Amino acid sequence: MNIGTRAIPEMLCALHASAAGLDRSIAFMEVCGTHTTSAFRCGLHSVMPENVRLISGPGCPVCVTAQADIDELIDLGSRGEVTLCTYGDMLRVPGKRGSLEKARGDGASIEVVYSSLDAVRLAQSHPQRQVVFAAVGFETTAPATAAAVCAAQELGLDNFTVLASHKLILPAMRALLSATDRPKINGFLCPGHVSVIIGSDAYRCIVEEFNTPCVIGGFEPGLLLSSLLCLTEMVAAGRVGLVNQYPQAVRPTGNPHAQALLQEVFEPGHARWRGMGLIPMSGLFLRQSYQRFNAAHRFSLKPVDDREPPGCICGRVISGLALPPECKLFGRACTPVQPIGPCMVSSEGTCAAWFKYGPQRASSNGVARVQQLQEVLP
Amino acid sequence: MTHNGLEGVVDLHGTRLPVNTMLTPDAQPGDWLLIHAGFAIEKLDPQQAGETWALLRDLAQAATRSPAPSGTGIATPASTTQGDRR
Ligand code: SF4
Repeated sequence: MNIGTRAIPEMLCALHASAAGLDRSIAFMEVCGTHTTSAFRCGLHSVMPENVRLISGPGCPVCVTAQADIDELIDLGSRGEVTLCTYGDMLRVPGKRGSLEKARGDGASIEVVYSSLDAVRLAQSHPQRQVVFAAVGFETTAPATAAAVCAAQELGLDNFTVLASHKLILPAMRALLSATDRPKINGFLCPGHVSVIIGSDAYRCIVEEFNTPCVIGGFEPGLLLSSLLCLTEMVAAGRVGLVNQYPQAVRPTGNPHAQALLQEVFEPGHARWRGMGLIPMSGLFLRQSYQRFNAAHRFSLKPVDDREPPGCICGRVISGLALPPECKLFGRACTPVQPIGPCMVSSEGTCAAWFKYGPQRASSNGVARVQQLQEVLP
Repeated sequence: MTHNGLEGVVDLHGTRLPVNTMLTPDAQPGDWLLIHAGFAIEKLDPQQAGETWALLRDLAQAATRSPAPSGTGIATPASTTQGDRR
Protein backbone atom coordinates (compact mmCIF):
# COMPACT_ATOMS: atom_id res chain seq x y z
CA MET A 1 0.00 0.00 0.00
CA ASN A 2 1.30 3.39 -0.93
CA ILE A 3 0.81 6.04 1.71
CA GLY A 4 0.86 8.57 -1.12
CA THR A 5 -2.46 7.20 -2.31
CA ARG A 6 -4.03 6.36 1.07
CA ALA A 7 -4.28 9.05 3.72
CA ILE A 8 -3.91 8.53 7.47
CA PRO A 9 -7.62 9.07 8.40
CA GLU A 10 -8.67 6.61 5.74
CA MET A 11 -6.17 3.99 6.98
CA LEU A 12 -7.32 4.53 10.56
CA CYS A 13 -10.94 3.91 9.57
CA ALA A 14 -9.95 0.81 7.61
CA LEU A 15 -7.99 -0.47 10.63
CA HIS A 16 -11.02 -0.06 12.91
CA ALA A 17 -13.31 -1.68 10.34
CA SER A 18 -10.96 -4.64 9.96
CA ALA A 19 -10.56 -5.03 13.74
CA ALA A 20 -14.35 -4.88 14.23
CA GLY A 21 -14.61 -8.05 12.14
CA LEU A 22 -12.37 -9.98 14.56
CA ASP A 23 -13.94 -12.13 17.27
CA ARG A 24 -10.88 -11.85 19.56
CA SER A 25 -8.11 -9.60 20.76
CA ILE A 26 -4.84 -9.68 18.91
CA ALA A 27 -1.35 -8.31 19.55
CA PHE A 28 1.43 -7.31 17.21
CA MET A 29 5.01 -6.98 18.35
CA GLU A 30 7.11 -4.10 17.10
CA VAL A 31 10.62 -5.55 16.98
CA CYS A 32 12.39 -2.22 17.00
CA GLY A 33 12.98 0.49 19.56
CA THR A 34 12.53 3.22 16.96
CA HIS A 35 9.04 1.88 16.18
CA THR A 36 8.27 1.85 19.93
CA THR A 37 9.23 5.50 20.31
CA SER A 38 7.63 6.59 17.06
CA ALA A 39 4.31 4.93 17.99
CA PHE A 40 4.27 6.64 21.39
CA ARG A 41 5.33 10.01 19.96
CA CYS A 42 2.48 10.13 17.46
CA GLY A 43 -0.12 8.85 19.98
CA LEU A 44 -0.80 5.72 17.95
CA HIS A 45 -1.82 3.56 20.93
CA SER A 46 -4.66 5.92 21.81
CA VAL A 47 -6.34 5.62 18.40
CA MET A 48 -5.87 1.86 18.00
CA PRO A 49 -8.93 -0.42 18.05
CA GLU A 50 -9.47 -1.79 21.57
CA ASN A 51 -8.86 -5.36 20.41
CA VAL A 52 -5.56 -4.66 18.62
CA ARG A 53 -2.52 -4.13 20.83
CA LEU A 54 1.00 -3.18 19.94
CA ILE A 55 3.64 -4.66 22.26
CA SER A 56 7.36 -3.98 22.38
CA GLY A 57 9.97 -6.53 21.49
CA PRO A 58 13.73 -7.03 21.84
CA GLY A 59 14.77 -4.31 19.41
CA CYS A 60 16.34 -1.57 21.50
CA PRO A 61 20.11 -2.20 21.30
CA VAL A 62 20.88 -0.86 24.76
CA CYS A 63 17.94 -2.67 26.40
CA VAL A 64 18.89 -6.11 25.10
CA THR A 65 22.50 -5.81 26.25
CA ALA A 66 23.07 -8.19 29.16
CA GLN A 67 23.93 -6.67 32.53
CA ALA A 68 27.23 -8.59 32.51
CA ASP A 69 28.25 -6.89 29.24
CA ILE A 70 27.40 -3.49 30.68
CA ASP A 71 29.38 -4.21 33.86
CA GLU A 72 32.33 -5.32 31.73
CA LEU A 73 32.16 -2.08 29.76
CA ILE A 74 32.04 0.09 32.86
CA ASP A 75 35.00 -1.77 34.40
CA LEU A 76 37.00 -1.37 31.21
CA GLY A 77 36.07 2.32 30.88
CA SER A 78 37.37 2.96 34.38
CA ARG A 79 40.91 1.72 33.59
CA GLY A 80 43.49 4.47 33.50
CA GLU A 81 45.10 3.51 30.17
CA VAL A 82 41.78 3.23 28.30
CA THR A 83 39.77 5.84 26.42
CA LEU A 84 36.35 4.30 25.93
CA CYS A 85 34.29 5.48 22.94
CA THR A 86 30.57 4.84 23.08
CA TYR A 87 27.30 5.85 21.43
CA GLY A 88 25.49 8.31 23.71
CA ASP A 89 22.72 5.97 24.90
CA MET A 90 25.12 3.70 26.82
CA LEU A 91 26.42 6.50 29.00
CA ARG A 92 23.73 6.44 31.68
CA VAL A 93 22.99 2.70 31.80
CA PRO A 94 23.55 1.60 35.39
CA GLY A 95 25.96 -1.22 36.16
CA LYS A 96 26.83 -2.92 39.44
CA ARG A 97 29.14 -0.03 40.26
CA GLY A 98 27.65 3.15 38.78
CA SER A 99 27.47 4.05 35.09
CA LEU A 100 29.89 5.21 32.40
CA GLU A 101 28.65 8.74 33.11
CA LYS A 102 29.59 8.37 36.76
CA ALA A 103 32.96 6.87 35.83
CA ARG A 104 33.55 9.88 33.56
CA GLY A 105 32.65 12.20 36.45
CA ASP A 106 35.23 10.33 38.54
CA GLY A 107 37.90 11.06 35.92
CA ALA A 108 37.66 8.13 33.49
CA SER A 109 38.36 8.92 29.83
CA ILE A 110 35.02 8.28 28.11
CA GLU A 111 34.06 9.85 24.78
CA VAL A 112 30.66 9.88 23.10
CA VAL A 113 31.01 9.27 19.36
CA TYR A 114 28.58 9.73 16.49
CA SER A 115 30.27 7.13 14.30
CA SER A 116 32.58 4.16 14.90
CA LEU A 117 35.11 5.86 12.63
CA ASP A 118 35.36 8.75 15.13
CA ALA A 119 36.84 6.19 17.55
CA VAL A 120 39.38 5.11 14.91
CA ARG A 121 40.33 8.77 14.32
CA LEU A 122 40.79 9.21 18.05
CA ALA A 123 43.09 6.18 18.23
CA GLN A 124 45.05 7.55 15.27
CA SER A 125 45.52 10.95 16.90
CA HIS A 126 46.27 9.59 20.41
CA PRO A 127 48.76 6.75 19.86
CA GLN A 128 49.67 6.73 23.57
CA ARG A 129 46.09 5.81 24.59
CA GLN A 130 44.31 2.46 24.27
CA VAL A 131 41.05 3.36 22.51
CA VAL A 132 38.18 0.88 22.98
CA PHE A 133 34.98 1.19 20.97
CA ALA A 134 31.86 -0.07 22.79
CA ALA A 135 30.06 -1.82 19.96
CA VAL A 136 26.38 -2.50 20.65
CA GLY A 137 23.51 -2.81 18.21
CA PHE A 138 21.92 -5.05 15.63
CA GLU A 139 22.67 -5.76 11.98
CA THR A 140 22.22 -2.05 11.20
CA THR A 141 25.07 -0.91 13.43
CA ALA A 142 27.38 -3.92 13.14
CA PRO A 143 28.62 -2.95 9.62
CA ALA A 144 29.85 0.35 11.11
CA THR A 145 31.88 -1.62 13.67
CA ALA A 146 33.21 -3.90 10.93
CA ALA A 147 34.20 -0.83 8.90
CA ALA A 148 36.06 0.59 11.91
CA VAL A 149 37.97 -2.68 12.42
CA CYS A 150 38.94 -2.75 8.72
CA ALA A 151 40.00 0.91 8.88
CA ALA A 152 42.14 0.23 11.99
CA GLN A 153 43.74 -2.73 10.20
CA GLU A 154 44.53 -0.64 7.11
CA LEU A 155 46.00 2.09 9.29
CA GLY A 156 48.02 -0.49 11.24
CA LEU A 157 46.67 0.76 14.58
CA ASP A 158 47.70 -1.27 17.60
CA ASN A 159 45.87 0.92 20.11
CA PHE A 160 42.32 0.34 18.81
CA THR A 161 40.02 -2.49 19.94
CA VAL A 162 36.29 -3.11 20.14
CA LEU A 163 34.23 -4.63 22.93
CA ALA A 164 31.47 -6.05 20.80
CA SER A 165 28.05 -7.25 21.89
CA HIS A 166 26.32 -7.09 18.53
CA LYS A 167 23.06 -9.00 18.21
CA LEU A 168 21.12 -10.65 15.39
CA ILE A 169 17.38 -10.07 15.34
CA LEU A 170 16.07 -13.25 13.69
CA PRO A 171 17.38 -15.70 16.34
CA ALA A 172 15.71 -13.54 19.00
CA MET A 173 12.37 -13.61 17.16
CA ARG A 174 12.66 -17.38 16.85
CA ALA A 175 13.56 -17.69 20.56
CA LEU A 176 10.49 -15.67 21.54
CA LEU A 177 8.20 -17.84 19.43
CA SER A 178 9.76 -21.09 20.71
CA ALA A 179 9.77 -20.14 24.43
CA THR A 180 7.57 -22.02 26.89
CA ASP A 181 6.61 -18.64 28.32
CA ARG A 182 5.65 -17.38 24.85
CA PRO A 183 4.18 -13.90 24.55
CA LYS A 184 0.96 -13.56 22.59
CA ILE A 185 2.08 -12.47 19.13
CA ASN A 186 -0.25 -12.52 16.13
CA GLY A 187 2.24 -10.84 13.86
CA PHE A 188 5.50 -8.95 13.74
CA LEU A 189 6.09 -5.37 12.72
CA CYS A 190 9.65 -6.05 11.57
CA PRO A 191 12.41 -3.51 12.09
CA GLY A 192 12.90 -1.13 9.17
CA HIS A 193 16.61 -0.40 9.44
CA VAL A 194 17.74 -3.95 10.28
CA SER A 195 15.74 -5.06 7.23
CA VAL A 196 17.66 -2.59 5.05
CA ILE A 197 20.73 -4.72 5.79
CA ILE A 198 19.30 -8.27 5.94
CA GLY A 199 16.54 -7.82 3.33
CA SER A 200 12.84 -8.63 3.48
CA ASP A 201 13.30 -12.25 2.36
CA ALA A 202 15.14 -13.00 5.62
CA TYR A 203 11.82 -13.15 7.51
CA ARG A 204 10.45 -16.00 5.38
CA CYS A 205 11.65 -18.50 8.02
CA ILE A 206 9.47 -16.80 10.67
CA VAL A 207 6.44 -16.76 8.38
CA GLU A 208 6.86 -20.34 7.23
CA GLU A 209 8.16 -22.09 10.38
CA PHE A 210 6.03 -20.25 12.92
CA ASN A 211 3.00 -19.40 10.80
CA THR A 212 3.28 -15.79 11.91
CA PRO A 213 2.66 -12.81 9.59
CA CYS A 214 5.53 -10.36 9.15
CA VAL A 215 5.30 -6.81 7.82
CA ILE A 216 8.36 -4.64 7.34
CA GLY A 217 7.51 -1.06 8.07
CA GLY A 218 8.90 2.45 8.12
CA PHE A 219 8.83 4.80 11.10
CA GLU A 220 6.71 7.81 10.16
CA PRO A 221 3.10 7.78 11.45
CA GLY A 222 1.64 7.00 8.01
CA LEU A 223 4.06 4.14 7.38
CA LEU A 224 3.50 2.70 10.88
CA LEU A 225 -0.26 2.81 10.46
CA SER A 226 -0.12 1.30 7.03
CA SER A 227 1.91 -1.65 8.39
CA LEU A 228 -0.51 -2.25 11.26
CA LEU A 229 -3.44 -2.11 8.88
CA CYS A 230 -1.73 -4.64 6.65
CA LEU A 231 -1.11 -7.00 9.62
CA THR A 232 -4.69 -6.64 10.91
CA GLU A 233 -6.14 -7.28 7.47
CA MET A 234 -3.99 -10.41 7.14
CA VAL A 235 -5.13 -11.77 10.50
CA ALA A 236 -8.77 -10.90 9.77
CA ALA A 237 -8.57 -12.74 6.45
CA GLY A 238 -6.77 -15.72 8.04
CA ARG A 239 -3.74 -15.13 5.81
CA VAL A 240 -0.12 -15.54 6.85
CA GLY A 241 2.31 -13.67 4.68
CA LEU A 242 5.36 -11.49 4.39
CA VAL A 243 4.78 -7.92 3.18
CA ASN A 244 7.41 -5.25 2.65
CA GLN A 245 5.78 -1.92 3.38
CA TYR A 246 9.08 -0.06 3.30
CA PRO A 247 10.22 -0.80 -0.27
CA GLN A 248 11.73 2.64 -0.68
CA ALA A 249 14.61 1.46 1.55
CA VAL A 250 14.32 -2.32 1.98
CA ARG A 251 15.22 -4.65 -0.89
CA PRO A 252 14.35 -8.37 -0.88
CA THR A 253 17.97 -9.41 -0.38
CA GLY A 254 19.16 -6.41 1.64
CA ASN A 255 22.42 -4.50 1.28
CA PRO A 256 25.09 -6.82 -0.20
CA HIS A 257 27.99 -4.46 0.67
CA ALA A 258 27.02 -4.44 4.35
CA GLN A 259 26.52 -8.20 4.37
CA ALA A 260 29.94 -8.79 2.80
CA LEU A 261 31.59 -6.56 5.38
CA LEU A 262 29.83 -8.38 8.25
CA GLN A 263 30.85 -11.72 6.76
CA GLU A 264 34.48 -10.59 6.45
CA VAL A 265 34.88 -9.39 10.05
CA PHE A 266 32.36 -11.32 12.19
CA GLU A 267 31.10 -14.82 12.71
CA PRO A 268 27.87 -15.78 14.48
CA GLY A 269 27.99 -17.30 17.97
CA HIS A 270 25.85 -17.82 21.06
CA ALA A 271 25.11 -14.52 22.77
CA ARG A 272 23.55 -13.55 26.09
CA TRP A 273 20.52 -11.25 26.01
CA ARG A 274 19.03 -9.34 28.91
CA GLY A 275 16.44 -11.50 30.61
CA MET A 276 16.36 -13.93 27.68
CA GLY A 277 19.50 -15.89 28.52
CA LEU A 278 21.87 -17.39 25.97
CA ILE A 279 20.29 -17.49 22.50
CA PRO A 280 22.03 -19.82 20.02
CA MET A 281 23.88 -18.11 17.16
CA SER A 282 22.33 -14.74 18.02
CA GLY A 283 25.48 -12.64 18.32
CA LEU A 284 28.31 -11.45 16.10
CA PHE A 285 31.89 -12.08 17.25
CA LEU A 286 35.19 -11.03 15.67
CA ARG A 287 36.66 -13.73 13.45
CA GLN A 288 39.96 -15.33 14.42
CA SER A 289 41.84 -13.19 11.90
CA TYR A 290 40.65 -10.00 13.65
CA GLN A 291 41.26 -11.10 17.26
CA ARG A 292 43.93 -8.44 17.74
CA PHE A 293 41.08 -5.90 17.71
CA ASN A 294 39.16 -7.76 20.43
CA ALA A 295 39.20 -5.73 23.66
CA ALA A 296 38.25 -8.81 25.72
CA HIS A 297 41.52 -10.46 24.61
CA ARG A 298 43.69 -7.35 24.74
CA PHE A 299 42.67 -6.65 28.34
CA SER A 300 42.21 -10.32 29.43
CA LEU A 301 38.66 -9.66 30.62
CA LYS A 302 37.26 -12.36 32.89
CA PRO A 303 33.62 -13.51 32.55
CA VAL A 304 31.33 -11.46 34.78
CA ASP A 305 28.17 -12.69 36.58
CA ASP A 306 25.03 -11.78 34.65
CA ARG A 307 22.43 -10.54 37.12
CA GLU A 308 19.68 -7.99 36.43
CA PRO A 309 19.25 -5.24 39.02
CA PRO A 310 16.94 -6.53 41.82
CA GLY A 311 13.30 -5.83 41.02
CA CYS A 312 13.94 -4.75 37.41
CA ILE A 313 11.87 -6.69 34.87
CA CYS A 314 13.46 -5.25 31.71
CA GLY A 315 13.93 -8.81 30.41
CA ARG A 316 10.18 -9.46 30.56
CA VAL A 317 9.43 -6.03 29.07
CA ILE A 318 11.61 -6.61 26.00
CA SER A 319 10.14 -10.10 25.58
CA GLY A 320 6.60 -8.73 25.35
CA LEU A 321 5.65 -10.54 28.58
CA ALA A 322 5.10 -7.48 30.78
CA LEU A 323 4.29 -3.81 30.44
CA PRO A 324 6.48 -1.26 32.26
CA PRO A 325 3.83 -0.33 34.88
CA GLU A 326 3.87 -3.98 36.00
CA CYS A 327 7.36 -3.29 37.37
CA LYS A 328 7.14 -2.25 41.02
CA LEU A 329 9.97 0.23 40.49
CA PHE A 330 8.41 2.00 37.47
CA GLY A 331 7.96 5.71 38.09
CA ARG A 332 8.95 5.32 41.75
CA ALA A 333 12.51 4.15 42.28
CA CYS A 334 13.12 4.04 38.51
CA THR A 335 12.65 7.20 36.45
CA PRO A 336 14.56 8.71 33.50
CA VAL A 337 16.39 10.94 35.99
CA GLN A 338 17.41 8.00 38.18
CA PRO A 339 17.11 4.90 35.98
CA ILE A 340 17.60 1.38 37.32
CA GLY A 341 17.33 -0.64 34.10
CA PRO A 342 18.37 0.16 30.51
CA CYS A 343 14.74 0.28 29.29
CA MET A 344 14.37 3.50 31.28
CA VAL A 345 17.63 5.01 29.99
CA SER A 346 17.62 4.46 26.27
CA SER A 347 15.82 6.93 24.03
CA GLU A 348 14.37 3.79 22.39
CA GLY A 349 13.51 2.06 25.68
CA THR A 350 9.95 0.94 26.35
CA CYS A 351 9.96 2.05 30.01
CA ALA A 352 11.26 5.50 28.99
CA ALA A 353 8.52 5.78 26.34
CA TRP A 354 5.83 4.74 28.85
CA PHE A 355 7.16 7.20 31.40
CA LYS A 356 7.24 10.03 28.89
CA TYR A 357 4.08 9.42 26.86
CA GLY A 358 2.08 6.57 28.39
CA PRO A 359 -0.15 5.01 29.30
CA GLN A 360 -1.79 5.30 25.89
CA ARG A 361 -4.61 2.84 25.55
CA ALA A 362 -7.44 2.84 23.05
CA SER A 363 -9.51 5.60 24.65
CA SER A 364 -13.10 6.66 24.08
CA ASN A 365 -11.59 9.92 22.81
CA GLY A 366 -9.57 8.01 20.23
CA VAL A 367 -12.56 5.94 19.14
CA ALA A 368 -14.69 9.12 18.94
CA ARG A 369 -12.07 10.67 16.67
CA VAL A 370 -12.21 7.68 14.35
CA GLN A 371 -16.02 7.93 14.27
CA GLN A 372 -15.70 11.62 13.36
CA LEU A 373 -13.32 10.67 10.56
CA GLN A 374 -15.74 8.01 9.30
CA GLU A 375 -18.48 10.62 9.07
CA VAL A 376 -16.43 13.04 7.01
CA LEU A 377 -14.87 10.47 4.69
CA PRO A 378 -16.74 9.65 1.47
CA MET B 1 40.27 10.54 7.55
CA THR B 2 38.80 9.02 4.43
CA HIS B 3 38.27 5.28 4.10
CA ASN B 4 38.97 4.12 0.55
CA GLY B 5 38.01 7.67 -0.40
CA LEU B 6 34.39 6.82 0.43
CA GLU B 7 33.47 9.90 2.36
CA GLY B 8 30.55 12.19 1.47
CA VAL B 9 28.51 15.08 2.79
CA VAL B 10 24.72 14.99 3.22
CA ASP B 11 22.17 17.70 3.81
CA LEU B 12 20.07 16.82 6.88
CA HIS B 13 17.35 19.42 7.44
CA GLY B 14 19.77 22.10 6.23
CA THR B 15 22.73 20.84 8.28
CA ARG B 16 25.71 19.44 6.37
CA LEU B 17 26.97 16.18 7.83
CA PRO B 18 29.90 13.99 6.84
CA VAL B 19 28.84 10.46 5.97
CA ASN B 20 30.68 7.30 4.99
CA THR B 21 29.39 5.77 1.75
CA MET B 22 31.27 2.44 1.72
CA LEU B 23 27.97 0.57 2.12
CA THR B 24 26.41 2.49 -0.79
CA PRO B 25 29.32 2.74 -3.23
CA ASP B 26 27.08 3.72 -6.15
CA ALA B 27 25.66 6.80 -4.32
CA GLN B 28 25.77 9.90 -6.49
CA PRO B 29 25.34 13.60 -5.70
CA GLY B 30 21.62 14.35 -5.39
CA ASP B 31 20.63 10.84 -4.18
CA TRP B 32 18.40 10.35 -1.16
CA LEU B 33 20.28 8.30 1.42
CA LEU B 34 19.28 6.52 4.61
CA ILE B 35 21.84 7.35 7.31
CA HIS B 36 22.64 5.29 10.40
CA ALA B 37 25.47 6.01 12.84
CA GLY B 38 27.43 8.06 10.31
CA PHE B 39 27.05 5.53 7.47
CA ALA B 40 24.79 5.71 4.43
CA ILE B 41 23.11 2.29 4.65
CA GLU B 42 20.89 2.49 1.58
CA LYS B 43 19.92 4.63 -1.37
CA LEU B 44 16.22 5.47 -1.29
CA ASP B 45 13.92 5.22 -4.27
CA PRO B 46 13.79 8.93 -5.28
CA GLN B 47 10.09 9.03 -6.14
CA GLN B 48 8.92 7.26 -2.98
CA ALA B 49 11.36 9.19 -0.78
CA GLY B 50 10.05 12.44 -2.32
CA GLU B 51 6.42 11.36 -1.69
CA THR B 52 7.15 10.49 1.95
CA TRP B 53 8.95 13.78 2.42
CA ALA B 54 6.06 15.75 0.85
CA LEU B 55 3.53 13.90 3.03
CA LEU B 56 5.53 14.68 6.17
CA ARG B 57 5.78 18.33 5.16
CA ASP B 58 1.99 18.47 4.65
CA LEU B 59 1.41 16.79 8.02
CA ALA B 60 3.76 19.22 9.74
CA GLN B 61 1.94 22.16 8.11
CA ALA B 62 -1.47 20.72 9.10
CA ALA B 63 -0.22 20.26 12.66
CA THR B 64 0.80 23.91 12.89
CA ARG B 65 -2.58 25.06 11.48
CA SER B 66 -4.66 23.07 14.00
CA PRO B 67 -3.13 22.09 17.33
CA ALA B 68 -2.60 18.35 17.54
CA PRO B 69 -4.70 16.49 20.12
CA SER B 70 -2.76 15.57 23.24
CA GLY B 71 -0.48 12.59 22.84
CA THR B 72 0.05 13.10 19.13
CA GLY B 73 2.99 14.58 17.32
CA ILE B 74 4.76 14.44 14.02
CA ALA B 75 7.79 12.22 13.77
CA THR B 76 10.38 13.69 11.46
CA PRO B 77 12.52 11.41 9.34
CA ALA B 78 15.81 12.26 10.98
CA SER B 79 17.58 9.71 8.86
CA THR B 80 16.14 10.50 5.45
CA THR B 81 18.51 12.85 3.78
CA GLN B 82 19.36 14.34 0.44
CA GLY B 83 22.81 13.14 -0.44
CA ASP B 84 25.46 15.45 -1.82
CA ARG B 85 28.56 13.36 -2.23
CA ARG B 86 31.88 15.00 -2.32
S1 SF4 C 1 10.80 0.47 35.21
FE1 SF4 C 1 13.01 0.51 35.49
S2 SF4 C 1 13.46 -1.19 36.83
FE2 SF4 C 1 11.40 -1.53 36.00
S3 SF4 C 1 11.68 -2.78 34.15
FE3 SF4 C 1 11.71 -0.65 33.49
S4 SF4 C 1 13.86 -0.08 33.53
FE4 SF4 C 1 13.71 -1.98 34.74
